[in-house]
Amino acid sequence: MSRRTTEILVGLFVMLGLIALVFVSLKAANLTSFSIGSATYPLSARFDNIGGLKARAPVRSAGVVVGRITGISLDPKSFQGVVTMEIERGYQFPKDTSAKILTAGLLGDQYIGLEPGGEVDNLAPGTTITQTQSAVVLENLIGQFLFNKAAEAGSGQKP
Amino acid sequence: MNPLQRLGAWTLTVLRGWGHAAIFFVDLLRALPASLRRFGLVITQVHAIGNRSLLIILASGLAVGFVLALQMYYALVTYGAAESLGLIVNLSLVRELGPVVTALLFAGRAGTSLTAEIGLMKAGEQIAAMELMAIDPRQRVLAPRFIGGIISMPLLAILFSTVGILGAWVVAVGLIGIDAGNFWSIQQNGVDVWRDVGNGVVKSAVFGVICTAVALYQGYETEATPEGVAYATTRTVVISSLAVLGMDFVLTALMFSTPR
Repeated sequence: MSRRTTEILVGLFVMLGLIALVFVSLKAANLTSFSIGSATYPLSARFDNIGGLKARAPVRSAGVVVGRITGISLDPKSFQGVVTMEIERGYQFPKDTSAKILTAGLLGDQYIGLEPGGEVDNLAPGTTITQTQSAVVLENLIGQFLFNKAAEAGSGQKP
Repeated sequence: MNPLQRLGAWTLTVLRGWGHAAIFFVDLLRALPASLRRFGLVITQVHAIGNRSLLIILASGLAVGFVLALQMYYALVTYGAAESLGLIVNLSLVRELGPVVTALLFAGRAGTSLTAEIGLMKAGEQIAAMELMAIDPRQRVLAPRFIGGIISMPLLAILFSTVGILGAWVVAVGLIGIDAGNFWSIQQNGVDVWRDVGNGVVKSAVFGVICTAVALYQGYETEATPEGVAYATTRTVVISSLAVLGMDFVLTALMFSTPR
């Protein structure tokens, strides 16, 4: 086999490998979701309890993914969870928008749902959403339920 | 010979073997820059090692993808999670099966031919002739093959994974009837480019170094007889397979033990 043919075949092989890498990165991994990085603006929200929310979880409005969570931290003064997120620039939300932590399905991952309000002005980049609803924590729910039951039982015995 | 002496002799033999291999490896690394100056030799070796292994790698990747998709479907459909089929196949291929199975096939397909080739060169005294002509056989024979193996292995592994994912796609979307959009979007949500794909590529590069270095060492240090070459070829497959599996555990523990 001539040198030229060998080189062409090796070139083809390397090309094929690189195409495979690009294919896996773009089509079967999350490289595409990094591309929104250029046209986004930051927002943050404070929650009393973020539950099992994780960084890089989606931010949705009406079920449509509009951004991603970039970081989660604890405010050392108010002891609230501060969630920072990047929202795509194409989506603007009114000032009185509220944020909820929701769960996809019964066992799914948690995400942030944005519920737009009715104000005319939009949220400026970098503002903090204060109207929030925390994640539902199963233990708290059960505790509350038991507490109510006990209270009912207690009031029933009195008379 | 008393048992104590036997233990001591055995330990020294093992240590001598390890030391010999380590010195060989350092010499090999030192010969690399010289062979990079004659890159034509490396290209020939990439052709011999990479291109010629392509067919078996692609065929195995496709078969693994098919079978994995079928098997995972039966387990997942019980929990109503058949949509995550692509994610499971993707993660297991990109993280583990792609690099490991490719390395095992690579040791069998390319490693043995390297060992036999160099072993026969040694048996035919070609290596000794080169040394007489003041050509360093490490630079002329070993280093191009080493670089060729390191270049080929990650490419073969990513091709294996890709073909496997495509095979799973054929089974999942074509045969089982999972929605194609869900099949890809669940993978995009669950597979991280750097953490999963990137670490898989790093893994396969490490396996490439292991397999090629073992094959070259066995060939270069073989006894210059037909039995010696046969024995060295067998040892290449056994040692590189065990080394790959052991190293895989260490790398997996380092890369993926912490939850994201």
